[in-house]
Amino acid sequence: MASQEIETLASALARLPGLGPRSARRVVLWLVKRRETALLQLLAALEQVRDRLVECRICGNVDTQNPCGICADPRRDQTSVCVVEDVADLWALDRAKLYTGRYHVLGGKLSAMDGVRPEDLNIGSLLERVASGGIDEVVLAMNATLEGQTTAHYLAERLEEYPLRITQLAHGLPVGGELDYLDEGTLAQALRARRPVG
Amino acid sequence: MALDAITLSHFRNHRETRLDGARQFNLLVGENGAGKTNVLEAISLFAPGRGLRRAALAEIAGAAGPGGFSVGASLAGQPDEEALRLGTYTKAAQPGRRLVQVNGTPASAVGLGEWLAISWLTPAMDRLFADSAGARRRFMDRMALALDPAHARHAARYENALRERNRLLSDDRPPEAAWLDGIEAQMAQHGALLAQGRARTVAAVGQEIAVLPEQPFARPVLVYAAGGPAGQDAFAAALKSGRGRDRAARRSLVGPHRDELEVTMAGKNVPAASCSTGEQKAMLIAITLAHAQLAARGRPGLLLLDEVAAHLDPFRRASLFERLRSGRAQVWLTGTELGPFAEIRAEAAVWQVSGGQVERV
Ligand SMILES: [Zn+2]
Repeated sequence: MASQEIETLASALARLPGLGPRSARRVVLWLVKRRETALLQLLAALEQVRDRLVECRICGNVDTQNPCGICADPRRDQTSVCVVEDVADLWALDRAKLYTGRYHVLGGKLSAMDGVRPEDLNIGSLLERVASGGIDEVVLAMNATLEGQTTAHYLAERLEEYPLRITQLAHGLPVGGELDYLDEGTLAQALRARRPVG
Repeated sequence: MALDAITLSHFRNHRETRLDGARQFNLLVGENGAGKTNVLEAISLFAPGRGLRRAALAEIAGAAGPGGFSVGASLAGQPDEEALRLGTYTKAAQPGRRLVQVNGTPASAVGLGEWLAISWLTPAMDRLFADSAGARRRFMDRMALALDPAHARHAARYENALRERNRLLSDDRPPEAAWLDGIEAQMAQHGALLAQGRARTVAAVGQEIAVLPEQPFARPVLVYAAGGPAGQDAFAAALKSGRGRDRAARRSLVGPHRDELEVTMAGKNVPAASCSTGEQKAMLIAITLAHAQLAARGRPGLLLLDEVAAHLDPFRRASLFERLRSGRAQVWLTGTELGPFAEIRAEAAVWQVSGGQVERV
């Protein structure tokens, strides 16, 4: 019978994506054996995240500064905005190092079945960004899932009234494929071959 | 190339079963519950989808085993041709997830269709003509999918989009037009391809049947009746203009989810559902054979006939064997006794099945 502390930690870890009760126990054991090294580093890193990470007020990215490093970077193209579903997609695209503009994180995708409506997503702030001017291109980088593509279609329609070039990732991607799982070469190709919507 | 050997491990009542040296005709003989159909089901899992019982994967693994199952197949061709090994299995930790290997390398279940074309006829399908329209749509989809693996994707996408639209329409708040536009765009795109796939398949099977004689098997005439306008743009327009009506009904009233496969008996002009049990069975056989013939173009074909031969009179049975012999597909047949198979006994590979074990006779 493990101690209460170990049980508590294991059940907290078991809820992490990709882990389960068994892996969580393995992680706990591994950490306990490295109390003075790995565990300390992990503690410090977690504290840093808790104390310093914030959501960027412009794009919704998660960073230690606000606006985030991407929004604050003057070398980034200010006229192009790439809209993604989640922060994970932003990171995946940015790892591909091909897109030089800035991002906008929706925080999800439209889903009638899951009860996610337009007002539940960061769509209002996107329209405000576009309305305030200076943006020429919006890249809709939704996942190739049904909900992702519905969301892209919806956004394209809401953005229609602005003088913009609206493009979409070239989804030669496997359908149902989520950006987060794609390798950088495939992502770069999807970005390079982006095509006008409609 | 043709299926040469198959192995079942912890598959329903088969703990470890190996069938070697398959031929064009393969007979599985044994009492009811012996595990004959389980072998056919195992083979059917080398097609994309849920197999001939449409069973949940988790219920397939043998109760006494480790919690997962596996099925392996090896296909042999010409002496200088490399053998092909296919495998599909589940693991105890994820009993609902089917994994696939081709020559030892992970592959997708959908991709299985590129290697083998599998058709089947089981007693459960006997009621097809009297069953719901949904059963016949599934039947069309399974036939279409065997001819074009992409069909499954359009069917799944359409089904998803339809659910989204119905949900949105039955909401008390009026749905936002731009959102419906987005959903309907995908319904139109995938729905049109889904409908085209069904129409193409029914036409091709119909052509294959049309050249057959009207005897001794009742010949069916197949008509695909579309549940919505043909073509992506026309369907999109129909969805858009039908929003008010569909909202009142709280569901979508046009589209391939309302498709129907209409079958009548040639010569008699009677709906298949009104024909005798024997005539219905004969028409099912005709459709299955025609489809197997089509599907086996360009890849090895397999035809699984569960409890089919015993219920035919000797004349029709002889005719069936004759047709199978000249067909492209390798055939697997089950029966409770060898008697009805006398005509193909000499050329067939025969296994006695009993209690989940097989023995070559
Ligand atoms: Zn930012």
